Amino acid sequence: MQFFFEVLIGGLLSGIMYSLVALGFVLIFKASGVLNFAQGAMVYFAALSLVGCMEKGAPLWLAFILALVVMTLLGIATERFLLRKLVNQTPISLFMATIGLSFFVEGLAPMLWGNQVRSLDIGLVDEPIAWILDQYNIVVSTFDLFAAGMALLLVGGLALFFQYTRVGRALRAVADDHQAALSIGIPLQHIWALVWGVAGFVALVAGMLWGSRNGVQFALTFTALKALPVLILGGFTSVPGAIVGGLIIGSTEKLAEIYIPPVLQDIFGGNFGGIENWFPYVLALLFLLVRPEGLFGERHIDRV
Amino acid sequence: MKRLKQLIGAAALAAGLCAPMLAQAAPEQFFMLPDYRVGPYGANGQAFYGGFIDYLSYVNMKGGIDGVQNTWEECETEYNNAKGVECYERLKSKAKAFPGPIHTMSTGISYALVDKTAADHLPLAMMGYGLTSAVDGSVFPWAFPLVTTYQMQASAIVKFLKDKNGGSLAGKKIVFLYHDSAYGKEPIVALEAESKLGKFELIEIPVAHPGNEQGAQWQRIRQEKPDYVIMWGWGVMNMTALKTAQKMGYPREQMIGSWWAGSEEDVIPAGDAAKGYMSATWNVSGTAVPLIADIEKTVYGAGKGNLTDKSKIGTILYNRGVSAAVASVEAIRTAQAKFGKGRAMGPDEVRWGLEHLNITDARLKQLGATGLLPEVKTSCDNHEGSGKVKIQQWDGTKWVVLTDWIEGNKALIHPLFHAEAAKYAKEKGITPRDCSKEK
Amino acid sequence: MIYRETGQFKTSYATDQQIFPIRQDRIGVLLLLVAAFVVVPLVAGSYWFNAILIPFLIFALAALGLNILTGYAGQLSLGSAAFMAVGAYAAYNFQVRVEGIPVLVSFVLAGLAAAGVGILFGLPSLRIKGFYLAVATLAAQFFIVWCLTKFPYLSNNSSSGVISVPNIEMLGFTFDTPQSRYLFVLTIVSLLALAAKNMARSTTGRAWMAVRDMDVAAEVIGIPLMRTKLLAFAVSSFYCGVAGALYAFCYLGSVEPDGFSLDMSFKILFMIIVGGVGSVLGSFLGAAFILLLPIFLDVTMPWLAELVHLPFDSATVSHIQLMVFGALIMFFLVVEPHGLARLWQIGKEKLRLWPFPH
Repeated sequence: MQFFFEVLIGGLLSGIMYSLVALGFVLIFKASGVLNFAQGAMVYFAALSLVGCMEKGAPLWLAFILALVVMTLLGIATERFLLRKLVNQTPISLFMATIGLSFFVEGLAPMLWGNQVRSLDIGLVDEPIAWILDQYNIVVSTFDLFAAGMALLLVGGLALFFQYTRVGRALRAVADDHQAALSIGIPLQHIWALVWGVAGFVALVAGMLWGSRNGVQFALTFTALKALPVLILGGFTSVPGAIVGGLIIGSTEKLAEIYIPPVLQDIFGGNFGGIENWFPYVLALLFLLVRPEGLFGERHIDRV
Repeated sequence: MKRLKQLIGAAALAAGLCAPMLAQAAPEQFFMLPDYRVGPYGANGQAFYGGFIDYLSYVNMKGGIDGVQNTWEECETEYNNAKGVECYERLKSKAKAFPGPIHTMSTGISYALVDKTAADHLPLAMMGYGLTSAVDGSVFPWAFPLVTTYQMQASAIVKFLKDKNGGSLAGKKIVFLYHDSAYGKEPIVALEAESKLGKFELIEIPVAHPGNEQGAQWQRIRQEKPDYVIMWGWGVMNMTALKTAQKMGYPREQMIGSWWAGSEEDVIPAGDAAKGYMSATWNVSGTAVPLIADIEKTVYGAGKGNLTDKSKIGTILYNRGVSAAVASVEAIRTAQAKFGKGRAMGPDEVRWGLEHLNITDARLKQLGATGLLPEVKTSCDNHEGSGKVKIQQWDGTKWVVLTDWIEGNKALIHPLFHAEAAKYAKEKGITPRDCSKEK
Repeated sequence: MIYRETGQFKTSYATDQQIFPIRQDRIGVLLLLVAAFVVVPLVAGSYWFNAILIPFLIFALAALGLNILTGYAGQLSLGSAAFMAVGAYAAYNFQVRVEGIPVLVSFVLAGLAAAGVGILFGLPSLRIKGFYLAVATLAAQFFIVWCLTKFPYLSNNSSSGVISVPNIEMLGFTFDTPQSRYLFVLTIVSLLALAAKNMARSTTGRAWMAVRDMDVAAEVIGIPLMRTKLLAFAVSSFYCGVAGALYAFCYLGSVEPDGFSLDMSFKILFMIIVGGVGSVLGSFLGAAFILLLPIFLDVTMPWLAELVHLPFDSATVSHIQLMVFGALIMFFLVVEPHGLARLWQIGKEKLRLWPFPH
């Protein structure tokens, strides 16, 4: 029983890391209807810029600001040169364009900053907090708590932003119907630049946390694949959905990795580990069969 | 008019570039390099192939292989099997005349090329990776898993642990944490055989590719409390394993990795989580090796070095690249000794050289390469030639070699190779050569 | 002027409904087939067969399969590489386990196995649409690759999960030269492409297109949604399965489950987007573009770098290749979102008038 809770908590914590990446997806989808597959590459680019600036001697806070500027510029450039030209295309074309963008960024980032594996030190140690370990025998580190705190802060902030500020309302209007938003005077270009800036910020935070956990290297681009099931579960357009989805996916993934293979082993013999790759997707798939737009997503209404 | 000028300029430039090629009449030994410098393993590929190319430049600057100069051409494979095959096909025609052994640094690409190189008669080297049953040269005349293989390495690691525990691992628990791919699964057969023989409990825990999330696996390890963890990772999996082990409180002094999990790219980013971690290797690190120091002085001094980042010189993977090139050049020298010194070697001759390789400690001393290779002696039914590794430990700043050469349990492992090779021959309809008749 | 249709009257239903109603089209396709079957084997070298033509045909077949599913039936799928893997492993198992089975029979059975798996993973499409379906097909992609790695039975108990396929033998003739393998692949691909074109203009094809355009309306007029969608998945997976079997037997010779990764699924999706969704010609054009582009970049970039005397090391050149590839994809999608097939159509329209202005 003890072990079950251990794994559960570990899963919840890693799920928060997934939801950080998923937030970036949600923001862009919410505002422009584009599923930005390049988000993983952007996390990588953000982390590399951060580490690159720090290597040149900047302290963490300055490097953060510089990296944020770089990400915003990248976002604005993407919106201006790529998405604006594809305004009326099918969602699949837009999706493919973002995959092309991800190749571009995956080549650009290491060319600018080198493809050495680098460690990122943000002053947080990933070692278990002693009294929690002694009392409950559960491994939780200051890093985990910081990540959870950041995620909750971001989600809370963004949810409030979308719900209660003028700009947030304008963003939701743009997501609903571009034409109508234009007709009532909402400045589309500014809104999109803002959205991509915020998405860049989220990518930077995710990059910082993942980078200090796993080292800043090409494998950061694979975080996007972990975030997709989170999106499905939570709904493509919901900010709180990203967190809830992340928690569910993280915990079930780890629990499945521990408890399902022995069962399969008893039936078939041989080793059945490594199910973390497909389990979140299958879970999301089964979930979709019950609720086709995710937990908090918008209902899709087909009009004939 | 402007267009015409541009055309003339381009033609002149092309002629200028071609001229030195036309002037050269002596045939050269051509090394096809299907390498990878981008993607998730780009840093590793850069170090390895940097070392490889630097040694070839070094040999050229010292007069070539008995007067024969080396040339090479790189082709980016991005560690992708289909691209590797395409690179091979594209460079095949250039390599047909005087090929150097082909190193792909990728198990997947090697598998795809085993049949093709056998059909095209080009020598394929798989130093420390690839199709391990190719040790049996009667079925695989053109494929050479030189120096050592995954199974022999796993067996050597078990032997090291046995020696550490007074000669017996009976009753102990060892976890095998592996990358869930062909690379990670290869040694399982050997480890299971060893566990039966040594009466220790073996728990196999796979990590899904790419391995940047290992929380569940390490929580299981924390629960199982094994005596040792043998790690078979590649790329981001290694660093993540070390950091997660630190988080879960598993002592890294009880972790030992394969030679692809023991390079600076894996331990430096993990920071102090990597201190005490051990790994297997067949080459040492550092510029204390006379050959490495000489390469830095000669090749980089003349500005012909392949790496732009000179800090990589002397790292494990750089030295490994140099060792691969040393083995390849020695094979060509061996062929030259038999078929005619001073001229470039053709495919059959290079193949013969690889099959009759005999690199002794004395020869390594002569080259200044002591520590880069064990003694390698290949033959028709043993394309491996050595099966020995050393164990090293990361002390926080550098790799420190702990042991002398440890050989895996050949009597246990080599029959497995022969059995796999026989099965392969049956499936493909190959008639094995008779090794006793070969000279 | 050369492409005018005037003077070509159809006097029977059969001629009216044929695949290539315009005589110039028929002549063009015939010439192309003659060139492919007769001229190319005589002229091309082994590099062209092994590295360009054979993979082009194989990926064109896979793209054709995906086009049927995504282009004609409108079901977005990101799992095509997994179905190729099923086909490859199934063909291998049939060949190795059943003594004396003809190669073509094991390919057909492999395609059927892939179709079965496709139907299974196509069931969610009855409830889920659009992007959600795409991400759900990713479940198929990862699950199938995992299954192939975990069940040693499927790779004939090899220690590493890699399968090495035997040579193709038919009626005593072994297909081991590049030319023979090319002709084998070309025959299969042409027959399946013909079948696809026929399917597209049949009732089935029209049902698919109705489902793609508006499935609620299609259901209203009586098209059985479940059967139509599942048939699309089955046929598409059959094509991908045969493509996978050809990939293992005629191209690489040795495959591992990780070789059929998500990257390959994306590559096939790129092919149909760049080539043109919903068009058989588009599958071929897209496959050629996506396959040849990296090779072209690989060959010209170092030469260009030398010409301009920029101090690029090989890593930078590789990075630039990746960037140029991504940039060209984006550029292409911006410039012609309907793909190369649309460009071809525009060309034909212009040819109708040329050399007259109007």
